[in-house]
Amino acid sequence: MAIFTLNVNGKKQQVNVDPATPMLWVLREHLNLVGTKYGCGVAQCGACTIHLGDSAIRSCQLPVSAVGDKAVTTIEGLSENGDHPVQKAWIEHDVAQCGYCQTGQIMTAVALLKANPNATDTQIEAAMSGNICRCGTYVRIKEAVRAAASHQ
Amino acid sequence: MEKNKTAQNRRSFLKSSVLAGGGLLISFKLLSEFTFKGSSGTLDLPEQWNELTGYIKITADNIIKIYNPNPEFGQNVMTSLPMMVAEELGVDWQKVVVEMGPHDNVKLGPQFTGGSNSVRMYWKPLREAGAAARQMLIDSAAQGWGVPANEISTKAGVLYHEKSGKSGTYGSFASAAAALPIPKVVKLKDAKDFNVVRHSQKNVAGKNIVTGKPLFGMDYTQEGMLIAMIEHPRAFGMKLKSFDATETLKMPGITDVFSMKMYEEGYEQAGFDTRTFNDLLVVVGKTTWEVMNARKKLKVIWEPISETKETVAGFRGKNVVTIPAGLESTSTQLAQMAEYAKKPAQQLRKDGDSETAFKNAAQIIERTYTAPFLAHNCMEPMNFFAHVTDEKALLVGPHQAPGWIEPTISKILNLPADKIEIRIARMGGGFGLRAYGHFVTEAALISKKIKAPVKLVYSREDDMTYGIYRPMYTVTYRAALDTNKNLIAFHIKGGGIPEHAVHPNRFPAGAIDNYLAEGWAIPSNITIGAFRAPGSNFNGATEQAFLDELAEAMGKDPIDFRLELLQRAKEKPVGKNNEYDVDRYAGVLHLVKEKSGWNNPENKQYSRGVAAYFCHNSYAAHVIDMLKKDGQPYVERVISAIDCGIVVNPDAATNMVQGAVVDGIGNAMYGGLTHKDGVTEQNNFNRYRIIRMREAPRKIDVHFVENNIDPTGLGEPPFPPVFAAVANALYKSMGKRFYTQPFSKEL
Repeated sequence: MAIFTLNVNGKKQQVNVDPATPMLWVLREHLNLVGTKYGCGVAQCGACTIHLGDSAIRSCQLPVSAVGDKAVTTIEGLSENGDHPVQKAWIEHDVAQCGYCQTGQIMTAVALLKANPNATDTQIEAAMSGNICRCGTYVRIKEAVRAAASHQ
Repeated sequence: MEKNKTAQNRRSFLKSSVLAGGGLLISFKLLSEFTFKGSSGTLDLPEQWNELTGYIKITADNIIKIYNPNPEFGQNVMTSLPMMVAEELGVDWQKVVVEMGPHDNVKLGPQFTGGSNSVRMYWKPLREAGAAARQMLIDSAAQGWGVPANEISTKAGVLYHEKSGKSGTYGSFASAAAALPIPKVVKLKDAKDFNVVRHSQKNVAGKNIVTGKPLFGMDYTQEGMLIAMIEHPRAFGMKLKSFDATETLKMPGITDVFSMKMYEEGYEQAGFDTRTFNDLLVVVGKTTWEVMNARKKLKVIWEPISETKETVAGFRGKNVVTIPAGLESTSTQLAQMAEYAKKPAQQLRKDGDSETAFKNAAQIIERTYTAPFLAHNCMEPMNFFAHVTDEKALLVGPHQAPGWIEPTISKILNLPADKIEIRIARMGGGFGLRAYGHFVTEAALISKKIKAPVKLVYSREDDMTYGIYRPMYTVTYRAALDTNKNLIAFHIKGGGIPEHAVHPNRFPAGAIDNYLAEGWAIPSNITIGAFRAPGSNFNGATEQAFLDELAEAMGKDPIDFRLELLQRAKEKPVGKNNEYDVDRYAGVLHLVKEKSGWNNPENKQYSRGVAAYFCHNSYAAHVIDMLKKDGQPYVERVISAIDCGIVVNPDAATNMVQGAVVDGIGNAMYGGLTHKDGVTEQNNFNRYRIIRMREAPRKIDVHFVENNIDPTGLGEPPFPPVFAAVANALYKSMGKRFYTQPFSKEL
């Protein structure tokens, strides 16, 4: 066990955990930020996507010890009231079915558009194909990403 | 199934009561044998509302709350069911507060999500609840104002008496209205007057979803809660012999390791009780990561099971099921299926004399199709919270049918039903798997044993290798043609492990003079369960691919061929019990033909596959248009035509059909579990391929047949024909037929 001081959603947070603990579980069970989801634990589904700095990464494969003082952003820190353009596009296009994967999808999309505000369909597909939606909402996810891109 | 009771008994059980805080509560007692209490919610609500149940609650200050009675797993009932209440209540939908109802089968009806039944079974009761409440509010205002009730109108939660100029909110009359008798007859709106239903309304949970609110069972936590995980055998056909937990117990955060039996000897299972493994080797600790880690230190010795017999008392009566011993492998299962397919099978339906017709045939076309076990792979792995004490039990989590598992919990915990509270969480997918009970039962037993609140969590690997899969199937179709290429006989012989998928009374039964349907099954210790459109998902997939091949052999257009068969079934139906409505079936074919521009020359660029199917009371047809990139076919677009009666929430319904199309393409192309010596060879998404955005269609156009038929269900019907439309399009693209799922293996 060791104490880590993390910068999560703009706040300093201390946790006392095994250094190998993935950020996924630090967020969910130590910081009570449950918008980051467990789906596979092997970086295959994207449900646990967060931002480390500006990059979208799979928090299930990110040990807490590797985070350092880098800024961590989770879905809870994306906006004050769910009014980030990507979140708004998700609501506008009524994307979700069960909804479990959607926070991870949104985090991936936000990072994509930050890096590439004019992402083409092919680029959207390439970036979003690491996130599984078992309900099959891909057509709407793509529409929402496109819409958010044009509004940014 | 109790769903029929809904229609028969709803009137007699209509009830209202005055709430403690003032207000009107209307609810239905639909299933008198279930009596539970409880409450749950996903919204933060004032304390005084927590104990209230029912469909509608109106406070004095005119806050109107509508409870969704049915478990939500992405089919959008949180929105569509309350819409039905709001329609008749006459309120401003945008101002209605929607909340998940408690588990209470007395007040809130059957509360089960499955069989594409949610909207169908609640369609009349929920509108009647809305209409009855509105009428009582009108009657109450009529008394208060001293005017005739029939002169009062309502709009957006306000009552008006035009002649006197009086008006008042629903809230101001709610308390008085609750004391009035329930109207014996309520008039429901004509479909043409709907202004909530049939108008697209956004998902009421949309904002909570995109902001990551704790909606799911996996998100549940409470003071002192521990985490439990179960180590199950690596292979079907194995059981726990012994274990050494010394190292595990030394790991940080671990509080307990023990084994226990799920059911005692001779336990009679209910229809939705499930267990694949009876010995639970449980690791309990403070956090999920610690428990996951500590499990790796377990030293376990497994041993082979012997053949067992289990008594299952399901909806269709008591049944003794044999669970064979042995370690099964896909290769031997396929060989076994090929062998069984040659043996005599159980006759399921016979019209005319197919034997003679096949003898006299000028041409016989015979094709065999095979599909693997499928895992549901809900994005949220199985989990459930339980806090069991000597006096009561609290269970919280995602489940499609809490009323089905509650009697089991009562039995195994030896607690009366009224001491068991089940709170229904939003489900991160269900697809049929969450209608079953093993994870709920396990959580309850673990909590009882450790005397603490505990959340049972399945890892993805646990979830994928536990069983309760879509069965492994095969089917052989034979068609006899005469010298003029007329279809004179049709034979379907299907089998599976451990059950077949044949629906003998479905199309094309009824359209062919000589028709024979047969089925057979091979017992297995690999467990199975309902998977989106059970049986239909293979029956539809294969029958519609075979009809495509048949049409080609007969020199007919595949849509015209189906329409000809339907015309025959309409004019001179063969046999009895044909399940489908000819006109509605033909309707979706006509619609998809029109909307896809089926005969339009500009669509020649596509490799087009068509398929249609009827199941779960509704009708679906798809045209799948493929193109090629780097020599590989991909789905460019899909045109779907659906007849599910009145479409309650059109945009959400479109979303569900689009999802079913993607799900169907994904499972047809990539889905499948294989086994070697009892071990499931795929245990996570790196080995089990799930369709991803780049493989999904660029476009899915969904069209609904417009009619005024009461809603007939939507979650499952669009799914089965997708598989066949994929197969038929692949044929056009690649020039060869695909008979074995998943198709990507043969590309």
